[in-house]
Amino acid sequence: MSTSIHLSLGQVAASLALVALAAAISFWRRTDLERDIVVAAVRSFIQLTAIGYAIKLIFEADTIWLVLALLTVMVVFGAFTARSRAKKVPGAFWPLLIGLTIAAATTLGLVVALGIFDPTPRYLVPVGGMVIGNAMTASAVALNRLGDEVSESRAAIEATLALGATAREAAGPFVRRALRSGTITLVDSTKTTGLIFFPGTMVGMLLAGAEPTDAVRLQLILLYALLGSVAISALVATGLAYRNFFTPAAQLREPTP
Amino acid sequence: MLFELRDVSLTRGERRVLDSIDAEIEPGATAIVGPSGAGKSTLLRLLNRLSDPESGTIAYRGRPLDSYDPLALRREVSLVPQLPALLPGTVESNLAYAAKLAGKQLDTAECLRRAGLAAEFAERDVSRLSVGEQQRAMLARALAQQPGVLLLDEPTSALDSEARDAIEATLRRLRAELDLSLVVVTHDPEQARRLADRAVRLRDGRAVASGTPAEALA
Repeated sequence: MSTSIHLSLGQVAASLALVALAAAISFWRRTDLERDIVVAAVRSFIQLTAIGYAIKLIFEADTIWLVLALLTVMVVFGAFTARSRAKKVPGAFWPLLIGLTIAAATTLGLVVALGIFDPTPRYLVPVGGMVIGNAMTASAVALNRLGDEVSESRAAIEATLALGATAREAAGPFVRRALRSGTITLVDSTKTTGLIFFPGTMVGMLLAGAEPTDAVRLQLILLYALLGSVAISALVATGLAYRNFFTPAAQLREPTP
Repeated sequence: MLFELRDVSLTRGERRVLDSIDAEIEPGATAIVGPSGAGKSTLLRLLNRLSDPESGTIAYRGRPLDSYDPLALRREVSLVPQLPALLPGTVESNLAYAAKLAGKQLDTAECLRRAGLAAEFAERDVSRLSVGEQQRAMLARALAQQPGVLLLDEPTSALDSEARDAIEATLRRLRAELDLSLVVVTHDPEQARRLADRAVRLRDGRAVASGTPAEALA
């Protein structure tokens, strides 16, 4: 993996032609997304440039503490972002934060413990970023679904509580469905990987001039790590969040307006 | 005394749903009567602690309601909700679930018979039941827990008059066969007269009369 490519800012600027095309399509077909497309392009430029310099600093400093600090920031921002998509779930922040933390710690811990990657910034930072990003999406989808399920099924949940079931028993079927919806997207995309789309890591490595077999192996490792982290984060987040719908006396709380 | 409510109030948003309710519910059959929006169902839900009042006290058999374990209380004071809400599966799987929660031996055929359903309903999938049959399956499921009190929320509101009469006959027979108290929420004063020994009349969240149906509904 010694090959690398060097790109100038001019080349990046040239690719803005495609952003302009996307904006033009939006304007032409009146999907009213031009503004969002421009905002997305600008934000991605600023965020990626900033993180690029941060990663450069972390690589040069070569200390595990900076890596942990960066991963912590990612987890906290991930939990905030995911919370905004789980508005119907009361107190969603802590379940998300705990879910993301456990998913990141377990996944990174395992890939290091199994000797897959060295515990150095060069591996931990990019892998951690992918793991946390995917775990965030999965737990946001899961909690969003949980909120919808519970608010649509209040009568059924209360009917089960009325039999003397615990909150866990009454919410069980809905927690299961939420967990499933949080993980199924990645499971499905993993199934079709290589047939319908090329995953990003592999594309990046091929572009950077790596051997296709190396690119494929690294991609497989990442996909498997992502499957694990997505399942863990969605499991922990749903398993903690459903409790917030209930009082200690196993009553379904009134929905927050 | 089965239930004793003192100065019970509850607000939902801006609305005072229950307003300083004082009421006594004796063993036997009691109807809670009033127009829709009077707070009947809300009051019923307080009796097995599906929700709690904001202020005031409720006692069950002389002890504060919140001194009971809520889960054990709900198996003893069983609520049959207005909208049938059975778990996916067969009628029997619903009964078995309820009996297991209550730690009771299940006699499916007996529960079905008492609720007015033939034994072959045990294997029927709940998605294939009529509303009246679902209502009876809910009743059978509550009976599977061998409760001491049945709380019934408008048990016949979704039914035609023939089905209504049949459910009422079932409820009267239940009282005769089992040592079971009933608290029935209904908007229909005639149903209260047919089913209950005593009645509490609610209007705009207040208990405006109580006593025998003749006294309370005059």
